[in-house]
Amino acid sequence: MEGFDEFLASGAVGDLVPWGVQRSAMERFSRSCAEVEERILSLDLLPARYQRNRQTISTAGQLRLFRSRVAVIGCGGLGGYVVEQLARLGVGTLVAVDPDVFEEHNLNRQILSSIAELGKSKVAAALARIGSINPAVTVTPHQVAFTESNASELLEGVGLVVDALDNIPSRLALSDACTRLGIPLVHGAIGGWYGHLTTQFPGEEAVRSIYRNWSSGKGVEQQLGNPSFTPAVVASLQVAEACKLLIGEERHLRGRILSLDLHAMEFHETGL
Amino acid sequence: MKITVKLFATFQKGRFVMQTREYPPGTVVDDIIAELSIPRESLGIVMVNHRHVELERELADGDTLAIFPLVGGG
Repeated sequence: MEGFDEFLASGAVGDLVPWGVQRSAMERFSRSCAEVEERILSLDLLPARYQRNRQTISTAGQLRLFRSRVAVIGCGGLGGYVVEQLARLGVGTLVAVDPDVFEEHNLNRQILSSIAELGKSKVAAALARIGSINPAVTVTPHQVAFTESNASELLEGVGLVVDALDNIPSRLALSDACTRLGIPLVHGAIGGWYGHLTTQFPGEEAVRSIYRNWSSGKGVEQQLGNPSFTPAVVASLQVAEACKLLIGEERHLRGRILSLDLHAMEFHETGL
Repeated sequence: MKITVKLFATFQKGRFVMQTREYPPGTVVDDIIAELSIPRESLGIVMVNHRHVELERELADGDTLAIFPLVGGG
């Protein structure tokens, strides 16, 4: 019988391995989708789904993404888009953390929400949706609130964290946990037409610095709510940052905050 | 001394978008925040000449102060 590697190589069109071949390899060699994907990338071949990534991300970069474990803390407005985009990008393992179930007021913006999902867990929706989009991606759902006390367990083995939380105390706790555990953090926040993001390396105080005047309560989101487009924009920028950090591109937002005003259509850069 | 003050998002309402205003020497960021009746707990990024600064920061002639409200939603 033809070997595993030979089967993949002979099924490739150029260096692209079509989904049908990946699927057949899983059945024929009793491997998981993730195992087949890793083998394809290790052979310097590319699952065909990533062919439009390739002028942006090399096959070696695609393998780095696949071997990455990223935690997305919060799976609502920002986090839904972040999970979706990281999975389509090809990040191999996603840890999805959110205690909530979908409510009707989520439908205006949260990509994982639908009428059928009302009352159901956000992280379960993340698991189901990613399974239908990219089954090579392993999603580990945790239907819990992120706290200082479960941080070590939730972030075990994680190489990068995306802050998609909806409240400032949890964001500060996450930032501190990332420093304690030595994990880089991509922070993003939104309210109305407005948002900001930054990248914080362990030991840096970017998030604490942004919220240095905060004492209690919420920001402008309390008053302005969130429309459909603001989470999509900020989440996309967070994923662009995450992508660069994972594949080792240097030109990210470390030491800078990018603030967005989508009403005036202005982007402002602030040094820390 | 002249300070250019830029306000963002909800802070523009009932105030202004951008004004160059006259202040006495020794003015710190917090003095302008108080003058504009902006509640301190609603402050997000506060920048002087494109750097995020503390409220005690003393201003110099020609500085640009930009004030954003707190944004924390997800």
